[in-house]
Amino acid sequence: MMAPAVVLSFLLPLAGTLLLALSAGRLGARTSATIGVASVGLAALATAWAVTLYPGSPENVTLWTWIAVGDFRPTIGLAVDGLALMMMSVITGVGFLIHLFAAWYMKGEAGIARFYAWMNLFVFSMLLLVLGDNLLLLFLGWEGVGLCSYLLIGYYYHNSANGQAAFKAFIVTRIGDVFLALGLFLIFRELGTLDIGEILVRAPQLWQEGSTTANIAALLVLGGALGKSAQVPLHTWLPDAMAGPTPVSALIHAATMVTAGVYLIARLNGLFLLAPDVLLLVGVIGAVSMLLAAFAALAQTDIKRVLAYSTMSQIGYMFLALGVGAFDAAIFHLVTHAFFKALLFLSAGAVIISCHHEQDMARLGGLWRRLPVAYGGFLVGGSALVALPLVTAGFYSKDEILWQAMAAGNNGLLLAGLLGAVLTGIYTVRLILGTFHGEAGSDHSRHPEPGTNLITHHLPLVVLAILSTFIGAWLYPGLDRLFPSAPGEGVEEGHTLLQVLAIGAVVAGLALAGWLFMMRREWLQRQASHGTGRRLWSVWHHAWGFDGLFDRLLVRPWQLMVNLLRHDLVNLAMNLPALIARVLNAGLVRTQNGRMRSYATVMVLGVTVILAVLALAPGGAA
Amino acid sequence: MELAFYLSGLVAVLATIGVITGTSPIHAVVYLIVSLIAVALVFFALGAPFAGALEIIVYAGAIMVLFVFVVMMLNLRSDTRGDQPWLHPRHWLGPSLLALVLLGALVALLAQGSVDRVIEGELLTARSVALTLFGPWLMVVELSAILLLAALVTASHVGRRNNPVQNRNRGGNQ
Amino acid sequence: MNGIPMEHGLILASVLFSLGLAGLMLRRNMLFVLMSLEVMLNSAALAFVVGSTAWNQPDGQAMFLLVITLAAAEASVGLALMIQLYQRFHSLNLDAASRMRG
Repeated sequence: MMAPAVVLSFLLPLAGTLLLALSAGRLGARTSATIGVASVGLAALATAWAVTLYPGSPENVTLWTWIAVGDFRPTIGLAVDGLALMMMSVITGVGFLIHLFAAWYMKGEAGIARFYAWMNLFVFSMLLLVLGDNLLLLFLGWEGVGLCSYLLIGYYYHNSANGQAAFKAFIVTRIGDVFLALGLFLIFRELGTLDIGEILVRAPQLWQEGSTTANIAALLVLGGALGKSAQVPLHTWLPDAMAGPTPVSALIHAATMVTAGVYLIARLNGLFLLAPDVLLLVGVIGAVSMLLAAFAALAQTDIKRVLAYSTMSQIGYMFLALGVGAFDAAIFHLVTHAFFKALLFLSAGAVIISCHHEQDMARLGGLWRRLPVAYGGFLVGGSALVALPLVTAGFYSKDEILWQAMAAGNNGLLLAGLLGAVLTGIYTVRLILGTFHGEAGSDHSRHPEPGTNLITHHLPLVVLAILSTFIGAWLYPGLDRLFPSAPGEGVEEGHTLLQVLAIGAVVAGLALAGWLFMMRREWLQRQASHGTGRRLWSVWHHAWGFDGLFDRLLVRPWQLMVNLLRHDLVNLAMNLPALIARVLNAGLVRTQNGRMRSYATVMVLGVTVILAVLALAPGGAA
Repeated sequence: MELAFYLSGLVAVLATIGVITGTSPIHAVVYLIVSLIAVALVFFALGAPFAGALEIIVYAGAIMVLFVFVVMMLNLRSDTRGDQPWLHPRHWLGPSLLALVLLGALVALLAQGSVDRVIEGELLTARSVALTLFGPWLMVVELSAILLLAALVTASHVGRRNNPVQNRNRGGNQ
Repeated sequence: MNGIPMEHGLILASVLFSLGLAGLMLRRNMLFVLMSLEVMLNSAALAFVVGSTAWNQPDGQAMFLLVITLAAAEASVGLALMIQLYQRFHSLNLDAASRMRG
């Protein structure tokens, strides 16, 4: 029954892409924007329709067989269950709001049709990723979103730095994708299928818990997830990806694509449960990423980079939740994070456009009176980010994660989570204070042009703000039945203690931040400008120097090798025949002197030799 | 008969040496005519009067007159300018030696042969030649006709004073 | 006198041929080159006639006629080429026309 609605939901963005791409920019900015927004809007309606039709049990829709090679017959098949519908709702719903906002943000930019074609293609690929019932189709969507991410980061391609950032994102995520592809090969070889349902059934039958094969398969899949979700060590591309337009950052690099890794691990939960060590590694990587990114966010001056590191940090929370086996909590945080991070990015976009593409915090400030809507968005989104108790969506999801970590008995991860909460409070307060309070740092921020469009500016911000409050948390239906039971399920003991701890961490963070940034501002600046403080600032500003490390470890040796290979010996060997041919040619050219007499002489010489041989040979002449 | 053969042969060889070593075109042509007539005498001595007559009529008569005409038309004089270096042994020694070696090889091959035929000087009449020619050799006669036609067309095309190729070149230079 | 041995006729032809060949290789003047070619063709014709009379067969003389035809054709085309050469280079030196090099 719901098949047409589901199919429609991803065909509409595809149709939008094709229409915009085939128009080749002849449609005009307004029409292109209308098509781009409408296709995703209709897709959101189709998703809503599918949700109302959802019977409550998973349903598979096979459209056609994709490839048929022997036993290997991946289908274009959709697996519609609660998780897929949840993801679809986020992608199309939040996606629609972002598309709508983009119509305001991108006004007057060149290449609107290109922008919307790729955005729509992204929505299509992402839907394919979450709907695919086999890993091959998922991989298609996975690569599709990677491609769109690359294209959209490099949207302002006139500036070569943006092209570099796009390359970086593409190549770094490609490393992860190679791992994922290897994982798919391994799974297919061992289990003989790529169908996700089949894998989850067969894996426990064929693999022992903790066996090497299961560990390797889980590790390879984890590699793919790390690349896409920007977790340590494949995280360096995300801050640079902020070179794209802000709605792109909101949609791809905050709300949807970067959470694909979380979705993948949650989807293949059975595989990871067979490899407990890898699952623990997931949690540890999540915690490490969260803390690294949170410290890095403290020392950024670009508001988009602060948000990028905070995204990384929040995805770290999700990985932490996955690591303790709380898949539902991870997806819950994914959803609320999509709401409030999209809100934060769109508000940042509103600030950036209003201040004529100014995004350096040092040059902003004092905007709260002049940009009230964006300020509101930042306040609501920021409080959700720091998980302000009771009133925000972030509180409920983050509390769930911390509770599961505690219930799993993993105190290390719990402590990391609490520390992360404190740090989140500090950098969020710093971001809001730096952007909206204090003295205006430049003429642009002194005379901003606030957005006034009700539909394309106010509406998305307001809707996302509402979703970022506890209402968003209420909307989450809970997917417990889909996943293996989480450690904290049915246990209540200690939950109150944890909530007190979590709230304490948040309040501590906020209080510390308030004290530091309001009372001790000068002391802080003095500390940051020399000595240890300055070194810390530098390390954090460069996000612990991962870029430099990779540059030294990988990029430079690579370049050295390439330089060596440029003059390689194999090539010389290849040139040898050419050299010989050239020398022979030079010799033969000399004989072709154009003098008839010399030709005749040489000919006579040959005849003479033959005749002489005949004459001298014993019995030669008969 | 034998005496005629050897004398005529000697004359032919000497006249030919005169052809290839001469410097004056008209002298060389006359030497060549002498050589051809000597060969015609050889033919008579061998008993092939038809061949000898044709040699005189066609070779000495027609072809050599052609040469004389051309020499007169171009008004060629004793022109040793181009052949001056030829007088140096360095230049004529190699080819001459080569030709000598070839001659030696040919003579050696002929000496090795054991055919032992002796030419008695019996007459081969024009009649028998004509019967052969228009009997089994008819196709060769036709081919010769085509060859002559082709030579005629070629000579009249190439020898034109206003050669199309030249005109085209001149057109290209303008 | 017992007639002429066939070898003597053939040796005469070889001598004439070698002389013609030497002239071909030595001379640069196109007129002399053409005359050397005539000498060579003539010696070949002589060899045919010697064969014909030695075996008392008329076929050799038929071949002689073919050679004469060939010589006539060769002379006419060669002389036409020579006239062209003279018109272009105002010289009969064949080395002047050695532009066709590899």
